[in-house]
Formats: sequence, structure tokens, C-alpha cells
Amino acid sequence: MEVTPFLKALSEASGVSGYEDEVRGVVQGTFAALADQVRTDAMGNLIALKRGSGSQEPRRRIMLAGHMDEIGLIVTVIEKGFLRFTQVGGFDVRTLMGQQVVVHGRRELPGVIGCRPPHVLSREERNKPVPMEELFIDVGLPKGELEKVVQVGDLITLRRPFTELQNGLVSGKAFDDRAAVAAIAVCLDALQTLQHKWDVFAVATVQEEVGLRGALTSTYGIAPDAGIAIDVGFASQPGVSESHSIELNKGPALAFGPNIHPLMFEELKRVAEEFEIPVQVEVAPGGTGTDANAMQITREGIPTALLSIPLRNMHTPVETLSVKDVTRTGRLLATFIASLEPDFDLAWKPRTEQEGEGA
Amino acid sequence: MILEALSNAFGPSGCEDQVCQIVIDAIKDHVDEYRIDHLGNVIAFRKGTANPGFKVMVAAHMDEVGFMITHADESGMLHFVKVGGIDDRTLPAKVVRIGAKRMPGVLVSKPVHLTLRNERNKVIPSDQLVIDVGATSRAEAEKLFTKGEYAVFDTAFEEWGELVKGKAFDDRVGCAVLVELVARGPYPFDFYPVFTTMEEVGLRGARVAGYSVMPDAAFVLEGTICDDGPKDKDLSPTTEVGKGPAISVMDRSVIADRRLVRLALETAEAEGIPYQFKQPGKGGTDAGAIHLAQTGVPTVPISVPSRYIHSPVSVLGKSDFDNTVRLMVSTLQRLTPDVVAERD
Amino acid sequence: MKETIRKLVETFGPSGYEHQVSALIKQEIADLADEVRTDTLGNLIALKKGDGTGKKIMLSAHMDEIGVIVSYVDEKGFLRINPIGGVRTLYEVMGRVLFEDGTVGVIGVEKLDKPDQIPPMDKLYVDVGATSRQDCPVKLGDVGCFWQPMVEVGDYLTAKAMDDRIGCAVLVQAMRDLESTPHDVYFVFSTQEEVGLRGAMTSAYGIKPDLGVAVDVTLSGDTPEPVVKMATALGKGPAIKVKDGGMLATPWVKDWMVKTAEANDIPYQLEVLVGGTTDARAIQTTQAGIPTGCLSIPCRYVHSPSETVGYQDVLNGVRLMVAMLSGPVEM
Repeated sequence: MEVTPFLKALSEASGVSGYEDEVRGVVQGTFAALADQVRTDAMGNLIALKRGSGSQEPRRRIMLAGHMDEIGLIVTVIEKGFLRFTQVGGFDVRTLMGQQVVVHGRRELPGVIGCRPPHVLSREERNKPVPMEELFIDVGLPKGELEKVVQVGDLITLRRPFTELQNGLVSGKAFDDRAAVAAIAVCLDALQTLQHKWDVFAVATVQEEVGLRGALTSTYGIAPDAGIAIDVGFASQPGVSESHSIELNKGPALAFGPNIHPLMFEELKRVAEEFEIPVQVEVAPGGTGTDANAMQITREGIPTALLSIPLRNMHTPVETLSVKDVTRTGRLLATFIASLEPDFDLAWKPRTEQEGEGA
Repeated sequence: MILEALSNAFGPSGCEDQVCQIVIDAIKDHVDEYRIDHLGNVIAFRKGTANPGFKVMVAAHMDEVGFMITHADESGMLHFVKVGGIDDRTLPAKVVRIGAKRMPGVLVSKPVHLTLRNERNKVIPSDQLVIDVGATSRAEAEKLFTKGEYAVFDTAFEEWGELVKGKAFDDRVGCAVLVELVARGPYPFDFYPVFTTMEEVGLRGARVAGYSVMPDAAFVLEGTICDDGPKDKDLSPTTEVGKGPAISVMDRSVIADRRLVRLALETAEAEGIPYQFKQPGKGGTDAGAIHLAQTGVPTVPISVPSRYIHSPVSVLGKSDFDNTVRLMVSTLQRLTPDVVAERD
Repeated sequence: MKETIRKLVETFGPSGYEHQVSALIKQEIADLADEVRTDTLGNLIALKKGDGTGKKIMLSAHMDEIGVIVSYVDEKGFLRINPIGGVRTLYEVMGRVLFEDGTVGVIGVEKLDKPDQIPPMDKLYVDVGATSRQDCPVKLGDVGCFWQPMVEVGDYLTAKAMDDRIGCAVLVQAMRDLESTPHDVYFVFSTQEEVGLRGAMTSAYGIKPDLGVAVDVTLSGDTPEPVVKMATALGKGPAIKVKDGGMLATPWVKDWMVKTAEANDIPYQLEVLVGGTTDARAIQTTQAGIPTGCLSIPCRYVHSPSETVGYQDVLNGVRLMVAMLSGPVEM
């Protein structure tokens, strides 16, 4: 399948946490053709089931999760002819000044996050970031008009068209985490021709950015035997230390640490090596800030893994990644799933000193 | 003492295997069955002498705070991230053990002669510290570890008269108490001793163990904050060495069930076991996760006062250990379904 | 309704110690419910059965208030305290604490490092008039609430613990005013909301409703230089929550609440709260997920001893709740 156009459509769709309808439509459009059944649950998670070919019932279930919600803003007060707002999900407020937006009122209104001109500010003022409560959005409408179209609680998305850079890199909003949704689509596409014994529940989750809320509930509802979350990871860039980063264009990172089931990690690594899919390792010393966190601690506990697609400038409208990494991630998922035997043993075995506990 | 083997064992959050092995060897002949779940929790079961179906869980966590090695720099020094809440101020100039081979490394610390006076009153954040294993280049260092390799403080257990010293008393002392409790069973209820994982990184093991056992009552055994050293002000020490097991009424993660607190209290008074109350409002434990499982579980934390937890060396009193075991055994023997049946 | 509100707000009930509030509410709702029970964490759950054609609805208002727990009694009989829930020292210094047995103490403060500093909790102490540890009537582990009696200021009611006894009052009154409903309605008076929505988590798990609605206070933006700008104001009706610091209301539930208000000519406002959350956050992620919303009563000075609500907003809140429960739920 053509990854770039799908990624573009996902990126440009709007779907702030809690209000994912538009992007869900885009996801559904692609997932439906690749799965046996698609449904939406009470929270709005999109759950696509592709049945495995194993004959023994019930078949074991693997759940894939990539979140389709993006961070955004929400109207708090209409003041004079301008909109005050707060965030839905975590922003660096310094990236907002001068940013173009779309206000989703009765109709979609283009706007800009305005700022006071530097000419009228003191040197002190110019050297400090403006706190969110002092920012405002200008859609160019007078107060009376504005109040007919916009109300408190309306959502605001960042306005940023998808851009292609050099070397197969692309830049846009919401690659966190729609790049993962695209990778899941690559996986489902590959599984059209690869036999797999386990049932696959491919979930485009909601509300990850506001507390992994879609993952908590979809995992509970599906009760999988194993789960793999796909999110984005910090790619090396100026200002990000080596302890915390992975590299662009070297394939997905396999997370390693308490949040990750050691046998899932080992098996993903083995499959990547066998099929020559480039991967890296990402050290995660606690609960990760991803759907993998929610998945692992649901019900009686789910053997969980996390794949991270390297990404620069996370949580800005210019998130940047390599399309090849998305494809590699999808391929790794498909290959892993295809290799799962019905009796794949996930029972916990304490590792002895001889076997080693490290990665 | 089993505490010695447990304290010396290697077991940071996510890599509790060695502790798990010790625990299993210690309890397997005293329980009907045990299993290890998907987060590495050891969940054991012993049928009771009475009240079948009345389930009581007693939990202690196997994990300790530690480190994970992320990469080596060009001079062969290892960089790391912390696992769990380690106080950065306890790091400079300490020794760690890395990985399956327990390779020693030292946390590099600039000689005082070369530090400026105003440098010396600043805490060095852990991401600016490095570990020296003796390698002279990145290439040489990279042969000695794999990315994500775990490490722990290098502290050997010792007896100091009435006190003992070692690493990870939070919560290997809890595990040791639980092992003793298992050896002294059975009890008048279906007993679920549970050794949890990943408490230090968010009570993760306890959360799923609570869900799957779904007991009628739960006790959580901890090695808890003991701030009884000298201070300028008349302030609470949280708990004190030598004053007995500490009963928690409330901490940041749980408001203990009053009926279970009362049972422990009445038992201590009746049996003449010294006890203290832990200063309310401080710290969090597996109880925070267990009491919120499904429709809720009456839970109380009971702890052995342990000085200097989350640092390389902790210290506790043998009498507190023994009295905690006594209090728990007696309390459990008096625990009947009607203790938690009626809400008061 | 003012007497019910007064009784509720003036009752002692910090998180974990809600039994007096629970006993009072049980009395107030006697004969109004088909079944009443108390669960493991002390949640009071009253079921009003419908005619079988509707949904299983859970409503939640929390009984607990913020408070303090005695962490230490010093040699001179002064008490040191740790907070229960989100206590702001700025709002409580020089105020009064009421302990369960009726003892009253004054919150004093030590000399601060900088005179303009907001006092940190460890510089506070409670003075109950004792002269030593031995003659102090209060001991380690005792629990207190902040104390003020309720006062009416025009159309406004001001008291401690409006958060969330006003929500409890709305549910009690709705139970009184509800003539018939197609739904099985679980009126949950929850515990330990202020320390982490704990009662709501476990009660929702046990009930597993089709739909949840919390009733709690929200902040208002209608005072001089408010900490955060908000459109919500007293006197403009109950607020229908769109988002708060912990959750986004399920859009169709929010829309249904708006339509119900409009169809019944009940004034309302839309609410976006920047900091703070309610039981709705816990209910929404129970098990496989539950569509959830929140009906908010705008309140000034939240988490102070003088929480202030507009009486008309409360009455309209009751009307909206009754209207919501009286008809079918529009998904």
C-alpha cells in the first residue's frame, strides 16, 4: 500500500482527544478493507478484527494499538472579538505564538494565535515566553458575529499541511501517533497475503494524550493474550541527549524495561534479525507514557511490547519522521504476527544468572 | 536470616528474577501452589483451616530502585537512567553492580580540590553523572554491557549488633516477613501470599495481582520511612527504630481500612507487642493499587521502620523485624470474615 | 432546599471519614429509594428503579471534603498536620479546624523565611489550647475538617464543603422531585474523591452502568482578576461540562444534557475547567468504557472555608437533573 498518501490524510484530518470523529472516518476507510470486522466502542476506539487461520477455538488474540487522537486546544472564554483557550494534551507553549489554527465552531474557521508586536514590549517582556492564559486566537470576526459561530468548549486544531522534506523525511502535525496508525495499516495490508494463526485486533485508540484512556478501556474490552503498542520515540536532534533518544531512519525502536514483557521483547528482536528488519533499542525505566503502559496493567496483566517510530519535534506541528521507518514498523508487526504459533509460550520464567537479565 | 539473601539479591524494577527465585525456594514447601503472572508477580495459595472462600492477600514487593545503562561515551564511561525514585544526592562516589555478571562500576565524582565553592552546594542531577567500569574507549565499553542492562547499588548485608545494614530493605524486609508468615501457616482463611514486582515504578505488579486475586482483605508489608535521626526542629520522625511495627492509618496512596487497623491495634495490645503509628500522609505503597481493585478491597499497610530507604544503604532493627512477624501472625490468626463484613 | 444544604455542609466528613455524612443522607433519602447499600469503600448507593424500558444510569456526588490529619503532637501540645486532598495553606491559615469529637483548633503559622511567602504546610500547626503532649485531647492520626457555618449572602450560599455536599444536595432533591423514570438510577454518594476519585472507581466497577453523570462544583471566572479566566459565572445556571483537567465529557452525553436544558427552558452554561476534575473521570474509564458527563454547580472560592454558590443555579441544577432522568436518553 501507499503509505505517504495515507499518512498525509491522517495528519491533515482533525481529531483532538475526545473528538476523534473526523480522523476515525479516515482510519475506518482504510482499515475496513483490510479486516473482517470493524466496530467503534463506547469511548470511540476503532477496533478492527482480522481473524487468524488457526482452527482451534478460541484462537489467541493479539492487540495492536496506535492512538489517533492529537493534541489540540479548546475555547475557554470569548473576550472582545478574540478567543481565549487552554490545551487538550501537552504543549510547549513557546511553539504556539504565531501559529495558524482551525477553530471548529458551527463551521470551520481559520485563525491565528496572535501576539503583541515586539515593538511595544519592553526588553524583559520580549525575553519571556507568553503563558497560555495570555494568548488569544484571532479569526477575523467581530464579537457579535463570532458569538454566533463559536462557543465555549469548541475544539481548535493546528493548521499545518503535510510537507515532504529531503531523503524521504516528511513533516506535519499529529504524526504522534497517526504514524503508528499508518504502520498498523501497513501490517494489516501485509497480512492479506501472510498466513497468521492468532486473531489480530488492530485498534486506533482515542484519548491517549489525556491519560491513555482509550487504551485502558479497549484493552479491557478485548482482553487480549498479548499486546503491542506503537507510538513515536524521541529521535536525536539538537537539545535531546543520547540517553533519551533513538535515530531517524534506523527502523523502529523496541522498548526495553519494566513496562515490557521480556519474552515479547526477545521474540520481536529475533524476528527482526531473522527477517533483516532494522531495529534499535529504547531504554524505558518505568511506565512508558504510551498505550503500552495502560495495556500492561489491565485486568490480570497483559504481556506487552512497545515499538517506537523515531520522531523529531514531538508535540509540535512540524513533527518529522522517515516514511521508511513507518513501513519497517508495519513489516515487523506483520512478520511477528505471522510467526506466532498457537502455543507460543508467554509464561513467565525467571531468568537465571547464566541466561542473563540484560537486553 | 532470609533477609540477608534477599537484601543481597539483584532485583531492580523489571528485573526481579533473582529475588523471585529465592522467594520461590523459600515458600514452595509451605504453600499448596504458586504461579508467576504476566508481570512477574509470584502469587501463591494455601488453603485455610477455616472459613473457606474467605480470601486474604498479604503482599510485599520484590523490586528495589536501581539503574539502566543507556550508552557509553567516547571515553568509555557509561551513562544511565534511574529506575524508581533515587535521591540524586546519594549517588556521587558510590559503587554499583551491573547486569548478570554483576560487573562493578563506580559513580565518578570530581575531586573536591578541583571544585569551586559555589559548585559544592549544588546537587548534580543524575543525567550528568557517569559510571566508570574501567573501560578506555566506547568500543571497549560496548563489549561489556547491552543497552538497557540493569544495575543496583553495591552494598553487602551486615549485622551490627541489634541492627542490620544492607541495601533494598524497602522492600526485602517485607518479603522476609512474608516468607516467615508463610512458614508459620496455615491460617483460618484462604491465604494468598503475593510477592509483587515494579512497585517502585508505579505499583504495577500490585495492580494486576489485586485484580486477579480479588481478596476480601489485604495486608501490605513494607520497609518504611524512618526519619529518627537528629534534627534541629521538634518534628515527626515518621517512624522510629526499636518502637515496633508501624501501622499506617493513611498515606498518599491509601486510607487504611479502619476495621483492619483496629484489629492490628487490638492484637498488639492484647499480645503485648510494641507498635507505633506511621506518620500519616507520607509515602505510598502497593496498598494504593490493591485497595482499588474491582469493587474495592479493605487494606492496611504494616511496615518495618527502615532508615535511609532509596539510598545505597539502609538500616533496621532486628527486634522490629521479629515484632512485625509476631504482630502479623497474631493478627492473621484473629482475622475472621465478620471483621470486614459490616461497614461501620 | 436550603435546610438540607445547611445540614450537609455543616457535617464532619473528610476523605475516608464520611460516615456522619452517609448517616445523614441515609436519613434524608429514607423511603425515596428501592434499595440502599454501602459498599467496601463506604460509598452510599441508593437505587431508584425505573419501568424497565430505560438505561442503567449512575449519578455520583462525593460526600468527602478536604481536611487534615494530625501527623505529630509536639511537646507543648501543638499539632502538626498533613493535608487530606488538595489543601491550600493560603486559604486556611488563621482559620479553624473541627475534629471528629468536636474539638476546635486554630491554624497558626511559624515565622516564614520570606514575609510574603505562601506558608508551606510544614510551617503550619494547630492550636487546641493544650499545654503539653499529655493534656492534648487530640492525638496522632486524628482527622479534622476546616470549619465555618453556612451563611446566606443575598441569593448566594457560602459554607465549607460546598464541594461537594452541594452535589449531594442536588441528588437528594432530585430523588425527592423525580416522579417517574424509565431508567434504573443509581444515586451514588461517593467517598474519597478528593484523594483520587477512589470511591467512584470502585462503585462504578460494581454497578457497570450504561451511562454516568457526576454532579460536582466547578470554578467561576466572575470575580476580580481570577486565577484562570473562565466564562462560567454564578447566576447563569448550572454548567454542562465539556472538559476539565482530567477528562473530556462524552460528546453525545454533553449534547443530550444541552438539548434537555433547552427543551425545558433551563438556563445553562458550557464549562471548560483548566485545573481540577471529578468522579466523572473515574467513571468514564471503568471496564470497557462508559459514556459519561458532568453537571456542575459554579462555585467561587473552591477549597476554602467559604465556598460560594448561587441558590438559583442549584435549583436549576436539580430541575435539569430531574428532566434528564424523566425521559429517554438520546444517544
